[in-house]
Amino acid sequence: MIEDRFDAIVVGAGMAGNAAALTMAKRGMKVLQLERGEYSGSKNVQGAILYADMLEKLIPDFREDAPLERHLVEQRFWMMDDRSHVGLHYCSDEFNEQRPNRYTIIRAQFDRWFSSKVREAGATVLCETTVTGLARDANGKVVGVHTDRGDGEVHADIVVLAEGVNGLLGTRAGLRERPKPDKVALAVKEMHFLPRETIEARFNLEGDEGVVIEAAGTISRGMTGMGFIYANKECISLGIGCLVADFQRTGETPYGLLDGFKRHPSVARLIKGSEVKEYSAHLIPEGGYKAIPQLYGEGWIVVGDAAQLNNAIHREGSNLAMTSGRIAAEAIAQVRSRRAPMSAENLALYKKMLDDSFVIKDLKKYKDMPRLMHTNSQNFFVTYPQLVSRAMQNFVRVDGTPRTEKEKVTLKSFVNARSWIGLFGDAVRFARAWR
Amino acid sequence: MSVDPSMRIEDKLYYNRYLVDVGRPHIKVRAHTEPSPQLLALLKACPARCYELNDKGKVEITVDGCIECGTCRVIGEPTGDIEWSYPRGGYGVLFKFG
Ligand SMILES: Cc1cc2nc3c(=O)[nH]c(=O)nc-3n(C[C@H](O)[C@H](O)[C@H](O)COP(=O)(O)OP(=O)(O)OC[C@H]3O[C@@H](n4cnc5c(N)ncnc54)[C@H](O)[C@@H]3O)c2cc1C
Ligand code: SF4
Repeated sequence: MIEDRFDAIVVGAGMAGNAAALTMAKRGMKVLQLERGEYSGSKNVQGAILYADMLEKLIPDFREDAPLERHLVEQRFWMMDDRSHVGLHYCSDEFNEQRPNRYTIIRAQFDRWFSSKVREAGATVLCETTVTGLARDANGKVVGVHTDRGDGEVHADIVVLAEGVNGLLGTRAGLRERPKPDKVALAVKEMHFLPRETIEARFNLEGDEGVVIEAAGTISRGMTGMGFIYANKECISLGIGCLVADFQRTGETPYGLLDGFKRHPSVARLIKGSEVKEYSAHLIPEGGYKAIPQLYGEGWIVVGDAAQLNNAIHREGSNLAMTSGRIAAEAIAQVRSRRAPMSAENLALYKKMLDDSFVIKDLKKYKDMPRLMHTNSQNFFVTYPQLVSRAMQNFVRVDGTPRTEKEKVTLKSFVNARSWIGLFGDAVRFARAWR
Repeated sequence: MSVDPSMRIEDKLYYNRYLVDVGRPHIKVRAHTEPSPQLLALLKACPARCYELNDKGKVEITVDGCIECGTCRVIGEPTGDIEWSYPRGGYGVLFKFG
């Protein structure tokens, strides 16, 4: 049924796979893309913020027909204790620009659209097909894949592994390690539907303007993790994620955490009266720069989350996935145009091009953050949020206590909880990791 | 924040669409006499509560509500406690929103 020889096979039709397949097909290559879901997107979960620049490089006029929800004019950060939050809001009318910079999207719908562009560019896209193994020749070179369609092997010069964070193929074939519990977060998410006007009133928005809230604090119950609330047109995406190792250590349940987040008074008022239509969960790579595996080899290349190319500090993943997919495809096309074989030596070009891009530069910048967050989770996710909240309460509440006394109390609470040395040490560690 | 909401997980899964591959579970628990700490952790860590303790004190899985997150794979595969695969193409959870 499927022809058995292609220039390239792409495993997965998520952000990275679609970018790779589109780029290669546009360059005239004969591409087969395989996706296990009923359609591209039916297995994928995201927040989701879409970064326009990285998509524009693939589909310049995407704004014309992509299923976009709201363009973001505001970003809020919340530091939460049990009953309050201290917030930082950044809102700018400059984001109401001709070509907005960031949008909220609904992943299942967006991926379906993205996939239609891949088909239009001429790639063969087969959904409902799980790739079960890599085919290799006698020298161990990857020469194709096996699928659960039972058609035997399908061959190609190169296999692009865009199978996402929980990629089975690459790990089973020994090309990289299985993700470890302290290198991946589990996020759980719900979709809350409300009338458009209600969402706009509650988030203070006009028309298609959007806002996202990132939240940290006692909501993660001492674990390394964050919550998010994103406004879409007629629904709110709401979720929370923590390191798998932390779930394992604490015995907290993911749905218990999500329900706690939803019941927090600052959150409850935003979703009051909503109808929930979906409950989902997904892993997020959190290992950062130090967890990036070997990126290419004889006849194969790995892109996106499967290669841990995810910036957990900035909540960026799909843009790194799209960019790595595009760059991999460009590298492959260059090797091909020289009529050179898809050997590890030639594919090293991919790594070189990726190193020069924002993908690796950003991940390198934050290479020490994951460890810092994980070893100090109690301070960053419980102690500081509580202290800051108490300090704010002390600052705001008017109760007849002289101001100088109030400030002394605030300062003392910080020092008592963490000691001068502790506070100083955290500040230095944070600054170093951030640099 | 103290009410245990775990009773409602079945209701949550009810929102989702699934195409169950009857008789072909994609995840299996290895036979055991005593559950390992990793297996016991799955009772809590699985976001769909697919893992349960049976009346013989052993950990069992029902994959029907699985949302294919991979958490149990990350915890339970290295110790050999479980065998993990993706469902056959087209089967399993089908997200409308994701
Ligand atoms: C809750 C959450 C919120 C997030 N929020 C954001 C955000 O706001 N902004 C952002 O930029 N990023 C965000 N991310 C990260 C982002 O989702 C990922 O970085 C991105 O999806 C990675 O793309 P990918 O193509 O590498 O993998 P995926 O999108 O996961 O795609 C992998 C694809 O491969 C398919 N597949 C896997 N194995 C096989 C197989 N054997 N055979 C056939 N098909 C297979 C899967 O079905 C899937 O379609 C978030 C992630 C989560 C979980
Ligand atoms: S993959 Fe996720 S949802 Fe499915 S059984 Fe494992 S932990 Fe539960």
